[in-house]
Amino acid sequence: MRNLAQIGQRLAELLEKGPQAGDAGTMLALAEEVLEHWIAARGERPTGGRREGFRLLALHHQGARGEPSFNACRESCRELVYHYNLLTLEPDDTRCGARALMMARLANHLYLFIAGKLQVERLGEFCCASRPLRTAAE
Amino acid sequence: MPENKADRYRRVAYYPGCALEGTGHAYNRSTRQLGKALGLDLVEVPDWNCCGAMEAKNVDPKVQTYLSARVLSLTANRMGMDVVMAPCNGCYHNLKKAEHDLANDPGSAEVVARLARKAGDPAYQPGEVETVHALEWLKAAIGEEELRRRVRGGLKGLKVANYYGCMYTRPRHIFPEKDSGPASESTAKPHFMDDLLAAAGAENVEFALKTACCGGAHTLSDSDVSTHLVLNILQAAEAAGAEVIATECPTCHSGLELHQVRAEKRLGVRTGVKIIYFTQLLGLALGLSPRKVGLHENVSDARELLAARGVT
Repeated sequence: MRNLAQIGQRLAELLEKGPQAGDAGTMLALAEEVLEHWIAARGERPTGGRREGFRLLALHHQGARGEPSFNACRESCRELVYHYNLLTLEPDDTRCGARALMMARLANHLYLFIAGKLQVERLGEFCCASRPLRTAAE
Repeated sequence: MPENKADRYRRVAYYPGCALEGTGHAYNRSTRQLGKALGLDLVEVPDWNCCGAMEAKNVDPKVQTYLSARVLSLTANRMGMDVVMAPCNGCYHNLKKAEHDLANDPGSAEVVARLARKAGDPAYQPGEVETVHALEWLKAAIGEEELRRRVRGGLKGLKVANYYGCMYTRPRHIFPEKDSGPASESTAKPHFMDDLLAAAGAENVEFALKTACCGGAHTLSDSDVSTHLVLNILQAAEAAGAEVIATECPTCHSGLELHQVRAEKRLGVRTGVKIIYFTQLLGLALGLSPRKVGLHENVSDARELLAARGVT
């Protein structure tokens, strides 16, 4: 498994060159790898299963178990799947370039969120989970 | 009590909250001016207090529930009103959370009753007041059709990415009215701001990061994390073709504006997309002057762009 910095570098290269419809699979795989890091950091084995046909959604579901703040990246994961579907089902659409670029931005956001959350675990606690940051005070 | 929402929302209690008296002043100004222009009556909650925001919630979450419940109690018991409108996502979220906690957590209800007794106020009872966001207020009280009829110059040709942030839709369980049918708001893909701005003539772009995390709560403590997240949102909006990011929360708005500046200084990456409150855009579309909607108070200076697009 690549480390997070290598994933970030790969995403930066994709964004630099301008991603194409053919990069959809690569971007989905990079997003899955990002989630694998989060799950591994929690001492779990990343699932090989799928939800709604996608491992990415199964990984998100696993990563959010007992961790409601992880729902901060739920919509990003679902949008990634949506864009993957658009790019693979309509590869000749004139909007493919824009869709691929948006998918790369989504994957990059997921990477930034997880990388940030691995540094600052409570990212998303206060807002998305509606939980206090300092739970010890409860 | 009027039966339908359109009538009920024509006169509501107004809870600006702390941010709208400080960094979000332009949002306060434009919301009030918009209400006035549309003939909607905003009655400010008397003697309102902070909703508990981040600070009180971090010390004791039940005190935060009390602070938000006190605002609801003032609305019900001092004003005799049953709808309170909060334009700030943080306030809206906290009032909704208080409503949920009081209905479902006996511990919270006990603390709120005890603190209210001590303060000499009646304790808020869940169900007495409906909390709505400025988006829900305008969508129900005016609606797209009426807005389209009233728009003067409009926002024609202005490409807008709508950014809702996180607290307008998360966590889903405190917003039971959302995801409840075709006309309701969606927590996965919110659209009320898109609907209103489209009715005012804006061209909404496909923007996949409309509820993506901006690191808002960590904006001061972990600024670099927030700067990178915000920069990606700004670049995504530009990639989608947006000239403007419309906001509906003072924390999101300040975060986007300030980290846009910080990204340029710290990372050397400049983005040109402008950040404007949706109430400012709607006000301009109705023919209000830039000054009236507080455009001069924004850090992100959009005056040249709006003039070039014929909006002002």
